[in-house]
Amino acid sequence: MNHTDSNRWRTVDIVVASVIAVAFGVVFQLWNILWKGSDGPFAFFAPLQSVMYGVWLIPAVLSALIVRKPGAALLTETVASTVSVLLGSPYGAMAILQGAVQGLGVESVFAATRYRSYRPVTAALAGAAGGLFATVFDVLYWYPATSWTTFRLPYIAFGVLSCLLVAGLGAVALTRALANTGVLDRFPAGRDRALV
Amino acid sequence: MIGLEPVAVPGAPLARRNPVAKLAAALVFTVILVATLDPVAPAIAIAVELAALPLFGVRYRVLARRAWPLLAGAVGILVTLVLFAADRSGPVLLQAGPILVTEGVLTTALGLVLRMVAVALPGIVVFATTDPTDLADALIQNAKAPARFAIGALAAFRMVPLLEQEWRMISMARRARGVDAGRNPVAKLRLFASTAFTLLVGAIRRGTRLAVAMDARGFDAGTPRTVARPQRFTRADTLLVAGAALLAGAALATSIALGTFRPLIG
Amino acid sequence: MSAVVLRGFGWRHGGRRRWALRGVDLRVESGERVLLLGPSGAGKSTLLAALAGLLPEDSGEQEGAVEIDGLDPRKARERVGILFQDPQTQLVMARSGDDVAFGLENRGVPAGEIWPRVDEALRRVGFPYDRDRPTAALSGGEQQRLALAGTLALRPGLLLLDEPTANLDPAGAALIRRAVANALDPDTTMILVEHRVTEALPLVDRVVVLEPGGGVRADGPPETVFAAHGDALAAAGVWVPGHVAPPRHAAAPPGDVLLTAGRLGLPPRLAPTDLRVRAGEALAVLGPNGAGKSTLALLLGGLLKPGTGTVTASAELAGRDARTPPHRWRAPALVRRIGSVFQDPEHQFVTATVRDELALGPRRTGQPDTAVTATVDGLLERLRLDKLAGANPYTLSGGEARRLSVATALATAPRLLICDEPTYGQDRRTWLELVDLLAELRDAGHGVVAVTHDEDFVAALADRTLTLDRSPSGAERSPDGRSSTGVAEAARAGDDGPAAGGVP
Ligand SMILES: Nc1ncnc2c1ncn2[C@@H]1O[C@H](COP(=O)(O)OP(=O)(O)OP(=O)(O)O)[C@@H](O)[C@H]1O
Ligand SMILES: Nc1ncnc2c1ncn2[C@@H]1O[C@H](COP(=O)(O)OP(=O)(O)OP(=O)(O)O)[C@@H](O)[C@H]1O
Ligand SMILES: [Mg+2]
Ligand SMILES: [Mg+2]
Repeated sequence: MNHTDSNRWRTVDIVVASVIAVAFGVVFQLWNILWKGSDGPFAFFAPLQSVMYGVWLIPAVLSALIVRKPGAALLTETVASTVSVLLGSPYGAMAILQGAVQGLGVESVFAATRYRSYRPVTAALAGAAGGLFATVFDVLYWYPATSWTTFRLPYIAFGVLSCLLVAGLGAVALTRALANTGVLDRFPAGRDRALV
Repeated sequence: MIGLEPVAVPGAPLARRNPVAKLAAALVFTVILVATLDPVAPAIAIAVELAALPLFGVRYRVLARRAWPLLAGAVGILVTLVLFAADRSGPVLLQAGPILVTEGVLTTALGLVLRMVAVALPGIVVFATTDPTDLADALIQNAKAPARFAIGALAAFRMVPLLEQEWRMISMARRARGVDAGRNPVAKLRLFASTAFTLLVGAIRRGTRLAVAMDARGFDAGTPRTVARPQRFTRADTLLVAGAALLAGAALATSIALGTFRPLIG
Repeated sequence: MSAVVLRGFGWRHGGRRRWALRGVDLRVESGERVLLLGPSGAGKSTLLAALAGLLPEDSGEQEGAVEIDGLDPRKARERVGILFQDPQTQLVMARSGDDVAFGLENRGVPAGEIWPRVDEALRRVGFPYDRDRPTAALSGGEQQRLALAGTLALRPGLLLLDEPTANLDPAGAALIRRAVANALDPDTTMILVEHRVTEALPLVDRVVVLEPGGGVRADGPPETVFAAHGDALAAAGVWVPGHVAPPRHAAAPPGDVLLTAGRLGLPPRLAPTDLRVRAGEALAVLGPNGAGKSTLALLLGGLLKPGTGTVTASAELAGRDARTPPHRWRAPALVRRIGSVFQDPEHQFVTATVRDELALGPRRTGQPDTAVTATVDGLLERLRLDKLAGANPYTLSGGEARRLSVATALATAPRLLICDEPTYGQDRRTWLELVDLLAELRDAGHGVVAVTHDEDFVAALADRTLTLDRSPSGAERSPDGRSSTGVAEAARAGDDGPAAGGVP
């Protein structure tokens, strides 16, 4: 029951994934405001706004890297967006659906490795895939009737790049930093530190 | 910044409905509305939503406070479309350099803004009137969500107000240890980042301890759980979901009848 | 009704070289009441966690065997109830009643039985509110009581209590002890960890003393154990009844005023309070849970902005900064003048190792490296943290963490030291060491303010006491307009001198 290599979720997996989701649900609230506030500055080239996209996907990649269980990315991202709605996100129930889509994108890459690879390359790809799912959803849902060439394709490209760097590699760096503090001792990502 | 308490007047007829029913109603309403790009259907939907608000016990003022960022979003959509619309048919209203505003563009923009508001409101109302514990209970009992995950997430959610307190504590601790940023903006940013990181570390640490405490009380024992707070999904709840579908469908039908309907895809 | 057997049991936490416990052989029969003693860091909390089946296989290394009624504790969890040192982390639900019901739901208790059992458990611990009370709105003592109710509702055969009264005021602690006494069925086995033996003795019929580094040092009925090993145990750090601590009162009269608080308050947490702190004196701040002691400590420490009234530093303390209030000082200046020890030690840790933690303050005040190393090494040794220099502060035992947090404030030798509960959870040896350190600091002309529930500590060190009342906010002024802040200040009985000058 306590084997981390099995795919069963332990209580600590569930709670820590949820805690990450809750913490980022709060971050999302701040990011919502920043995103809306940046409409003005980005007006000269609106597709560029998606360079801010990476932050939305950090919890999915981070949780997958820490918990290493099937469904971690999907669950965490969905709960994070649900929390942001519970805290009063202006997007309403749609945000939950959007979170699920984003989580699914990240999840797909880890699933493709059959939940065996958690290397930085995998994480970067997972971030990028999450970004792809998310931005395609966005242009279809939030930005219908816009031009593919001048808006949609650049929006998707910037979003994917941002997610690759910020969500993918950012989550790798964050996981390492967290492991150094010793809080991840109950997880595979936190093993192998020097003895004292 | 963070309001956790439900803001509804207690006892309002629709606020008391099963949380899963409310959530389902909001999602059904939302998904049906997403199908169109015209301004008519969302306008009708918004009217319906505002009319239903008293039934949920939500005051207009409260809703306005929660929904104001939507207005900023509306401006964003307008700007994006004016600059990047794919279809610029219809009489030209304004032309200045690369900017070409036609009637078609404006109609689309109006439709999108209204749709955004119409789609967001149900979710805001539902969550403003739902207690998280009830939501988790109902998800487990009425939507067959896995209990371990729903309860785990609920336990984690209880940390939100603690996070705010913790932030203050960490800031005080740094000051008490001689660490501050003074007036240097770079140092301020670094202090902010390190405080946020410490907060995340503390939250995860709390989470691992909470998991131990939950296990100590038999959370992971494998015994089938019983429920202390039964949630019922009654006929009235079914009616709420059906009513939401019906009203959204009616809004679409009106728009089709008036000939303004524009499908999202195609 | 559960029996415990340990055979050559040992546990080494992941990331540690030393064994937290080793070679423990112990049998506890069904219905026995055991007081588990041992110096701080001896592995008491670890042992309780092992019995509760809460040491995950993947988080350390085990030796020997541990059994509850012949079962692996991880499989016998439903027979065991445990109450941890820190109540905050054991509350799961948002409403008090739901939290007690949580364990019952997990165990599959039929729905109809849950609420009667919840109500009964709440009644047995004397919980003063109804089931809908938000858990976030409870004070530390109330949380502890609720957590106890959650444990008792499960009717465990083996009840494990880890310092259940740490941080409670004397009245609250007595209440918890009474609740435990009332709640125990005759056949419930209990193992209690508590440093303060005298209070715990009425609850137990057997004492087991753990030897740090391995094995059981003494075992038997309390009178026998203390008669046979009393002096040796006291020397090793166990609180043995009747071994009083020598008093350490100030030899010289207090010096200049360092800090003055005038009508200082922060509604609704603290009613307006007047006080004065002098160099070379130790002031103890007393009062029930929730009276605002910690809030007062943070205000005096320049960490919170006062809601009402003022904090004024004297020129003696702050030089040219005396005109600005402490909460506006720059942090490096603050730590040299006023040091703060937080109530929860973990709130205070900033770095990843014990050594860095101690070095941080002196470095920020610009001491040269050699001086920093000397200070750090001295404190590590004196507070017996030298073997833990490389450990992460968050993996320390309760007592070790407390010592480290006091040491971090001592490291910058501030002119005024404000500590919140500096001695809770300490074994006798480190307790004496802490009292010595604080006394030395005071005798060298520093001011010491200590918020505390520890009556022995007050008796040993305090030159003057200030007692905060739990006065409801808004009621701080009596009709005649004079203050009725619920503050009582007293100089040490029998002492003369200007000490009572605290209240103008
Ligand atoms: N999670 C952990 N990781 C690493 N080491 C730990 C951990 N928990 C405890 N230790 C170490 O194990 C030893 C025993 O700790 P334990 O908490 O059992 O002591 P204790 O007897 O309860 O002490 P106290 O009276 O101070 O609470 C200590 O040296 C402590 O630093
Ligand atoms: N950050 C906070 N925000 C709001 N209220 C608080 C906060 N911290 C404490 N309180 C409340 O203020 C009152 C005083 O709290 P404080 O922690 O100062 O009490 P205390 O005397 O130190 O109690 P204890 O002996 O339990 O440590 C309590 O009723 C508490 O619930
Ligand atoms: Mg302990
Ligand atoms: Mg306090």
